[in-house]
Amino acid sequence: MTKVLMKGNKAIAQAAINAGLECYFGYPITPQNEIGEFMSDEMPKLGKTYISAESELAAVNMLIGAASTGTLSMTSSSSCAIALMQEAISAMATAEIPGVIISVMRAGPGLGNITPSQGDYFQATKGGGNGDYRTIVLAPSSINEAVELTYKTFYLAFKYRNPAMLLADGIIGQMMEPVEIKPFNYKIPDTSSWAADGVGEGADKRPFRKLVSLHMQGDDLPRLNKKLQAKYAQIQADEVMYEEFMTEDAEILITAFGTVARVAKSVVVQARESGIKVGLFRPITVWPFPSDELKKAAKGKKVILDIELNEGQMLLDVKAAIEGVCPVESLSKLGGQFIRGHEIMEKISELSKKYSAAKAGAAC
Amino acid sequence: MNSNSEKRIIVAGFGGQGVLFLGTTLSEAAIIEGKNTTWIPSYGAEMRGGSANCFVTISNNEIASPVFDEADFGVFLSRAAIDKFENVVTKGGLALVNSSMTGERLLRDDIEYIMEPLSDLAARSKEKMLLNIMALGLLIRKTGILTKESVIKALEKVSSAKKPEFLKFNIESFEAGYNLVKAVQSKTLEKIGC
Repeated sequence: MTKVLMKGNKAIAQAAINAGLECYFGYPITPQNEIGEFMSDEMPKLGKTYISAESELAAVNMLIGAASTGTLSMTSSSSCAIALMQEAISAMATAEIPGVIISVMRAGPGLGNITPSQGDYFQATKGGGNGDYRTIVLAPSSINEAVELTYKTFYLAFKYRNPAMLLADGIIGQMMEPVEIKPFNYKIPDTSSWAADGVGEGADKRPFRKLVSLHMQGDDLPRLNKKLQAKYAQIQADEVMYEEFMTEDAEILITAFGTVARVAKSVVVQARESGIKVGLFRPITVWPFPSDELKKAAKGKKVILDIELNEGQMLLDVKAAIEGVCPVESLSKLGGQFIRGHEIMEKISELSKKYSAAKAGAAC
Repeated sequence: MNSNSEKRIIVAGFGGQGVLFLGTTLSEAAIIEGKNTTWIPSYGAEMRGGSANCFVTISNNEIASPVFDEADFGVFLSRAAIDKFENVVTKGGLALVNSSMTGERLLRDDIEYIMEPLSDLAARSKEKMLLNIMALGLLIRKTGILTKESVIKALEKVSSAKKPEFLKFNIESFEAGYNLVKAVQSKTLEKIGC
């Protein structure tokens, strides 16, 4: 398989098409515009649906409609416009509709600007919609991985009948690097038992199917919540993905996701060359968060350094996961600035001195 | 991973000069040579202001960050480009400047310059010459970061298949830039007062 030079946005769009995408709905916003542009060229050629919606609200509600019929459908957008979609994401989670959302983060809060950021970790993993729902969220750190995780996002959305999101940032969206687009190798689970499509043998005689988010009757809502929570527990148990890099003998453990993790990885090597034992723990699924795995990796470390392009959002999940087995420090960049290797290295040197007296795992 | 094999190039100018195309050709040639590469432009609002730039990294290893503060080489096609990005070129690095656009200016004494009136050369040439690809030829000849053969292969790949005459212009422009280097060397030394 040959490597091609491709922008992240375009690679994600191509991956969605390879996964069997039938319907794309979107409204333009930087830094993800190449996704819609690519779809507008390619989807009609394939006899599939591309709709340039009149707003993000329209796009995400079109997604609800299409995905309700068991059709592979997606929308893509960025931060302040993903914010507009939160009500619909909560509705999809409640009605168990497998809508796929590509979120290419830009800097906030508010309209912010178009520069890269990880400021929507909370938005993606905790959700801005109401109620006790969860969105499956996968965070790539390279374009190759963005392709793989786009495939997985579709698969998981259908496997669990749940909204699923690919959480990238402006760097992934806008950069080009060599990418090998492998074929889609998941089997999308059969939707015939639930899809509200009105088609198939006996569809006219079968009971009326509805996918709703309003549950007014008796104990429907408590029962639904119980069912959803059991599903979320299953996802947490079965679908966690993470990468560990030189964690075993590390004294300082970095936690980072997405593009920040690739910078951190180079610093791990650099720090070890100067005699500081550093490792990297990178959550790939940011929900379900790899809590147990991180706690295990954190045991015996002098300190965890959490690095994010936000004010420390994943930091809360890191702290909750490790349950105080070691101290946690934070390095953050806000407002669309990208983190540099030397900034991480300086922080590592500082922490190495600060925690040199402490015995590994002394805080246990 | 930042090793000695890693080369970072900032290409800057204004929209229409082929800045992004130049950078893309570098990255495509890097892939042809089996290297890793990243390319990232400034996008959105800045682009709309008329300036264009891209950051290109070429390495034998995995590349950590596509964004950098220090470049080994700078290709500056406009005055605004050199004003904004000259300081990105690392000490001992090289700045390749389209002097048709920059005019006389103060020079740093810790980097090497190649100043060539590329816009004028392109405008005056009998054949159709493209200033970005001339700059690419100059850069490759001067630095040897990629081979001439792989860059020509890359040009074949990135030139529009619908307009075969563009490939011819691209290759001729590349050769013209590539052959400028000998003449340029002595002038550069003179300018920086060595």
